[in-house]
Amino acid sequence: MKIEFEHRQAAHCESGVTSNLLRVNSNGKITEPLAFGIGAGLFFAHIPFIKINNGPAIAFRTLPGHIFNRTCKSLGIPVIRKKFFSKEKAELFLQECLDNGKPVGCQVGVYYLPYFPKEYRFHFNAHNLIVYGHEDNKFLISDPIMENPTTLGHYELERVRFAKGALAPKGHIYFPKTTTEITDDQIRLAIKKGIKKNVYNMLSIPGSFAGVSGIKNTGIKIKKWRDKLGLEKAGLYLAQLVRMQEEIGTGGGGFRYIYGAFLQEADVYLPGNQLADISGIFTKAGDMWRTSAVHAAGIFKGRLGSQQDFDTMGDYLIEIAEVEKKAFETLKKIKW
Amino acid sequence: MKKDEIPQDLSALGKITKEVCYATDNSGKYTTELSSGWGVKIDALDVAWGDIEKRIAAAKQKVLNKEASPIYFFMEYRLMDLSILADYTGFWKWQIKRHLKPDVFSKLSDKKLQKYAEAFNTTIEDLKNMTVHED
Repeated sequence: MKIEFEHRQAAHCESGVTSNLLRVNSNGKITEPLAFGIGAGLFFAHIPFIKINNGPAIAFRTLPGHIFNRTCKSLGIPVIRKKFFSKEKAELFLQECLDNGKPVGCQVGVYYLPYFPKEYRFHFNAHNLIVYGHEDNKFLISDPIMENPTTLGHYELERVRFAKGALAPKGHIYFPKTTTEITDDQIRLAIKKGIKKNVYNMLSIPGSFAGVSGIKNTGIKIKKWRDKLGLEKAGLYLAQLVRMQEEIGTGGGGFRYIYGAFLQEADVYLPGNQLADISGIFTKAGDMWRTSAVHAAGIFKGRLGSQQDFDTMGDYLIEIAEVEKKAFETLKKIKW
Repeated sequence: MKKDEIPQDLSALGKITKEVCYATDNSGKYTTELSSGWGVKIDALDVAWGDIEKRIAAAKQKVLNKEASPIYFFMEYRLMDLSILADYTGFWKWQIKRHLKPDVFSKLSDKKLQKYAEAFNTTIEDLKNMTVHED
């Protein structure tokens, strides 16, 4: 059986899934950038003492699951989400949803995801896709980062839904409970909430590991990497930073461009708040992130490697922190 | 980023699917465009895999020198650390640490070996011989 569902490619998996699952409710109005912004997706965090793939634990987006949750909550749409201990029950529930004509979002790990190229398979468990039917003993899959819909066998889907390690999905399944229509007023309200939440996350989280102070702090750390880690390992760390920033799902520039697109769209709903101008600052921030990535590549490819090169790299981040700080402070000052 | 500056360097992903990028057009308005990859990202991924290959080779040598059991090799091959492997197999980390010793490994029951084989997506035979197949 197959549910009426239109696959649409997106830059980022969770905001793509959210936008696609809400297409019926919103008549297509909740685009990917709107879902990302309402869900307060933009972030920066550098978690100390934790290593991922033998490198630093750096994230440019909010915690997995939060974008879908916040977006639905802010729009006043009730959500159903479940996790499972039993693989059998997880599949049974999925089948039930499909039988009721509901496309559903699933959190999966990418390590054993068969249609992903080998080079991209790490133990990353916060990928999201939509299951929208069952045909010829296979599940019909709409993975937002892929150009075309695909399929997964029963065991293949079970394996990725029950991938293990950090952020293990545990069969996590989620979808909007109702298909009530979303009004423009609801969208306006949700945009304000999303921006406020994002302002808080980037400016006000205590400590220096998250938000703009996290970016600055990482910049300061990078300057010490060469002496502390040695050239080779420091290069590996920078490569990891670049991958988290640019790899599949960020839309480029560590999600800063998607956020810029969000503010432009938000400006149409809430004109007179200079949102379009502030969007330009995020475009600039995204460009700066990419310039820093080019410089980092010089280091991990071995063209650059002096302490001065590391200082330059660190300064890029410190400068970006300043730019983003100003942008969020301007957003904070808006009197809605 | 300007729409016409979106890089189109063919990456491993680009052979399977292009990815969506957000960029601005001439009037500064945001739009999306497909990209087949970016050299900087390709290099970053190459560097990461280069390091992994080195780790795998070092692990293999360690097993051949009888300093570790084949589980150590497969952990590097499957990019798993102790906690991921513990989650997949249901063993405690201290148990896995024991199983990393060649002497202990050689006495493991087939039932236990099967758990490792499943976690590594391989067979008991291949696990013991450190044989890998491209998948």
